[in-house]
Amino acid sequence: MLAVVGAGSVEELFAPIPAELRAKSFDLPAGMSEFELMKLMKAKAAAGGGDITPFIGGGLYDHVIPAAVDHLSGRAEFYTAYTPYQPECSQGTLQALFEYQTAICRLTGMEASNASLYDGGTAVAEAALMSLRITGRNRVVLDASVNPLHREIVCGYLASLSAEVTEVAPKGCGSDLERLMASIGAETAAVIVQNPNFFGSVEDFAQLSAKAHEHGALLIVSCYPIALGLVASPGEMGADIAVGDGQSLGNPLSFGGPYFGFIATRKRYIRNLPGRIVGETVDKQGRRGYVLTLQAREQHIKRHKATSNICSNQSLCALRGLIFATALGKKGFADLALLNYDKAQYAKSVLGAVKGVSVVNAGATFNEFTLALPKKAASVVERLLGAGVAAGVPLGEYYPGMEHHLVVTVTEKRSKTEIDRLAALLEEALCS
Amino acid sequence: MQLIYEKSVPGRTGVRIPLSDVPKAAAFPEALQRKAAVAFPEVSELDMVRHFTNLSRRNFSVDTNFYPLGSCTMKYNAKVMENAGGLFADCHPVLALLPGGEQLVQGPLSLVHGLEQQLAEITGMDEVTTQPLAGAHGEMTGIMVIAAYHKARGDEKRKIVIVPDSSHGTNPASAAMAGYDIVTIPTAPYGDMDLDLYRAAMNGQVAAVMMTCPNTLGLFNPHIAEICAIAHEAGALTYYDGANLNAIMGKVRPGDVGFDVIHVNLHKTFGTPHGGGGPGSGPVGVKKGLIPYLPTPRVVRKGNGSFSVEAHPEGIGRVSDFFGNFAIMARAYAYITLLGREGLIEVSEQAVLNANYMMARLKGEYELAFDTTCMHECVFSASRQLKEGVHAIDIAKYLIDRGFHPPTVYFPLNVKEAIMIEPTETESKQSMDAFIEVMLEAAQMARTNPEVLHEAPVTTPVGRLDETRAARAQQVCCEG
Repeated sequence: MLAVVGAGSVEELFAPIPAELRAKSFDLPAGMSEFELMKLMKAKAAAGGGDITPFIGGGLYDHVIPAAVDHLSGRAEFYTAYTPYQPECSQGTLQALFEYQTAICRLTGMEASNASLYDGGTAVAEAALMSLRITGRNRVVLDASVNPLHREIVCGYLASLSAEVTEVAPKGCGSDLERLMASIGAETAAVIVQNPNFFGSVEDFAQLSAKAHEHGALLIVSCYPIALGLVASPGEMGADIAVGDGQSLGNPLSFGGPYFGFIATRKRYIRNLPGRIVGETVDKQGRRGYVLTLQAREQHIKRHKATSNICSNQSLCALRGLIFATALGKKGFADLALLNYDKAQYAKSVLGAVKGVSVVNAGATFNEFTLALPKKAASVVERLLGAGVAAGVPLGEYYPGMEHHLVVTVTEKRSKTEIDRLAALLEEALCS
Repeated sequence: MQLIYEKSVPGRTGVRIPLSDVPKAAAFPEALQRKAAVAFPEVSELDMVRHFTNLSRRNFSVDTNFYPLGSCTMKYNAKVMENAGGLFADCHPVLALLPGGEQLVQGPLSLVHGLEQQLAEITGMDEVTTQPLAGAHGEMTGIMVIAAYHKARGDEKRKIVIVPDSSHGTNPASAAMAGYDIVTIPTAPYGDMDLDLYRAAMNGQVAAVMMTCPNTLGLFNPHIAEICAIAHEAGALTYYDGANLNAIMGKVRPGDVGFDVIHVNLHKTFGTPHGGGGPGSGPVGVKKGLIPYLPTPRVVRKGNGSFSVEAHPEGIGRVSDFFGNFAIMARAYAYITLLGREGLIEVSEQAVLNANYMMARLKGEYELAFDTTCMHECVFSASRQLKEGVHAIDIAKYLIDRGFHPPTVYFPLNVKEAIMIEPTETESKQSMDAFIEVMLEAAQMARTNPEVLHEAPVTTPVGRLDETRAARAQQVCCEG
C-alpha cells in the first residue's frame, strides 16, 4: 500500500503536520486482552449499586425490559448503521423511526413527532426554544414542580439566548394553577408543566391550556411515558408540545444513559421541530418508502439558521422504545400502567400508616408520591441505604423548606415483600 | 413492507407483564384518565421478531457492508465493548445524588473520572466533562463555557463566533444556539480557511473561532498554530471540533497546538455504536483557565482515592441530567483501555494510510478536490463525470447496487459534487480494493453507459424516493 501511495513509511504521511506541533505527551498505559479488560470492567460494575432495591425515580425508572428488546435492537444491521442519509439502503432504520414517531404520537395524543432527542431534560429545553421560534416571544413560565434537573437545563439553554424564565413555586405538592395562569401575559411564549409532576401528583391542565391559548402562548407538557398508559395524554389536555424522557420505554438505567428524549406537537408546528424527522413517500414505481424529510430546517443545510444544532439523535434508544411498546402492545401497556398504580397505592397505604408519616399529595398520584416524615428525609435515606434500600429522593436539596419530604417511587418491579420491608425499615428508622 | 401497525390484530398480545401481588387499588380518578388505551401494535412476540428482523435486513451496516461514509468514521467496533457497556444496566444514577449514595457507586464514578483523564491526555487538555450527549451538544456546551469565561471577565462585547465555510453545519448551529452571531470565512485555493480573510475578520468582538483539523477536506492545516495565535492576540478563544480526531491520535494534541476547548465524538473515534444515528456522546475538554466554567456536577477524586460528585457553582449549570451517556462512555473507556497507547497510535496511522491508498488508487479517474497528502479521509469531486451528465448521487446509488454503502456526497459544501471517502483503519486492503474496483467501474460506466448510473439503485427494496413529495405531504406518522 505504501508503494501505491508513494511513501517510504507511514510516518511520511504525517509530514504535513509541522514538527513543532507534534504531541508533547501521549502517556497512556499499554493495551490489554479482552479477558483482562472484562475483569477490570466487571470490578467497576460490581461497585455500582446494582444490588440496591430502588424506590427512587426522579425521572428515571426501574421497569421491566422484555428480552426481545435487547435481541432485536442488537441486530448488527440496526446497531452498526448510521444516520440514514442514503434511504434506499437504510429502509430498516427509516421505517422503524416512522413507526417510532407513530408510537409517540399515539402515546402523547399529538400529530407530529421527530425521530428523537437526547434525553428528557434537553427535550424540555428544546420545547422551550421551539416555543420562542413559534411565537416570536422571549419569555417562558416554568412550573417549579417540573423535575429540578430539567429546570436547570432549561434555564441554561434559555440564558444563552437572553430569554427570560419565570418560575412559579408549587402549592404543596401540586402546581399552583392560579399563579401559573396569572403569570401568562402577552410576552409569554409558553408555560411549561410536568405530569405527573416531580412530587408524583397528577393534574389536569386543560384550564391552563385554555388560558395560555387566550394569550397566544403555548402549553408544553413534560410527561412520563409509562404513566400515559393510564393518565390523560398531553394532547387530551390541550398541550401544543409534549416532551419527556423515553428511558422507561425499554432502556436500562445504565447510570445515566443513553436514553432518548421525545418531542411531539401539532401538525401546524412541524416545521419548528428540532432534529431529524422521517416522512413517508414513494419511489418512481409507486412503492412506499421512507426518507429523512423537512431537512431544510436542519444544521447541515441551514447552518446557523437551523431550528436546532442536533445532528445525531438517539435512534437506537428510540428503536428500543418502539420494540418495548410493540412487545407490550395496546393491552399490555395499559395493564402495566395499572399495575404501577396499584403497587404505588398499596405502598402509599402501608407507608402512610407508619407512625408519624403522612402522604402529602392532595390529589391523585400515579406510581410516585411524597411523604412527610417526622425526621429529616436525607438522614432517613442514608440510614436505609445501609440496609440495601434506596427509600426515595429527599426533597430538601431541591425545595428549601421541604427537608422532611421524601418522594417514593414504586414500579411494577417492586414486590409486596419489598414494599413491606421498606415500611418496616422506615418505622425502625423513625423510632430510633 | 407493511408497518407493524398494519400487522396488528385486535386482542393479540406479545410479552406478558408481571402478575400483581398487591390488592387492586380503588379506581384512578376518571377525570384524569386517558379516554382510550394507547393504540400500540397488537402482535405476538413472533410477529414482532419477524417484523424487526426483516426490517433490519433492509439496512446496510458496518457489520454487513463496507461503509466509507466520510466524516462519520464508520469503523468496526470489537464486540467486547458491547459486553463491557452492558455491565452497568442496573446502576441507577440517582443513587449518586442521595446522601451516602456516592460510596455505593464508586465503580461507575471511577469510570467517569478515568475516561475524563484518558481523553484529557489524548487531546492535551487539562480537564474534561463527559456530560454532553452528542457531538453537537458538546459544541454547544463548549461555546457556553467560552461565553461564561468572557462574561466572568466582564468582556461582554464579544458577540461573534468565526467558522470556516468547510466546517460541519453543527458548528455555526451550536454557536447560534449559545447566542452568537456567525461570521463564515471562505476556503482559500490551497484548501484551508483563507488566512488573510480570517485575520481581517478577527477583532475584539470575536468570542471564539471554531476549527476542525484535519478539516472536512481531510487536510491538516499547517497554519493551525498561527490561527490560534491570531485569536488569542485579539482576546478570543479557540475551539477544536474533534470529529476528525481519528486521524491524529498520538501525533498531534489540540491542546498542545493552542486550542482552549475541544469536543470529541466517542461514537466516531472511540469504538461506540453508531446505532442508526445515535446515541452519540460528546465529551468536552478545556484548558486550565476554563475549568471553573465546566457544567455541574463534577466527579472529583478525593485525597483518599475515593470519588465524589460535587457541585460546580461557577459553571454553566447542567447540560444533561447526570454524567452523560454513561453506557456509551463505558464502551469508550473499554476501547481506550483495550487498545492502549500503541494501539491508538496504530489506529491513526492505519486510518491515514488507508485514506491515502484510496486516494492514490482513485485519483486517475476522479478529480481530487485538493491533490495533496490527506489524513483520514479524501475528498473527490465528480466534476469529470458531470461532463457526461453523471452526478455524485448517481455514483453513490450505483455503489449501493454493488453492495457498498456510499461515501458522504455533497459535503463539504465548498466542493462541487463532493465525494468524501473515509475508509477507517479497520478495513483491509482487500475490502478497499473491492470498493475501488467498483468506483473505477462507475467512472467507466459514466462514459459508456450512464443510464445504469441514473437508474440505480435497482437491487434495493425501493428505488430513489421522491423527497419533494415527502416534504410536501408531511406524512410523519401512520393514521389510525
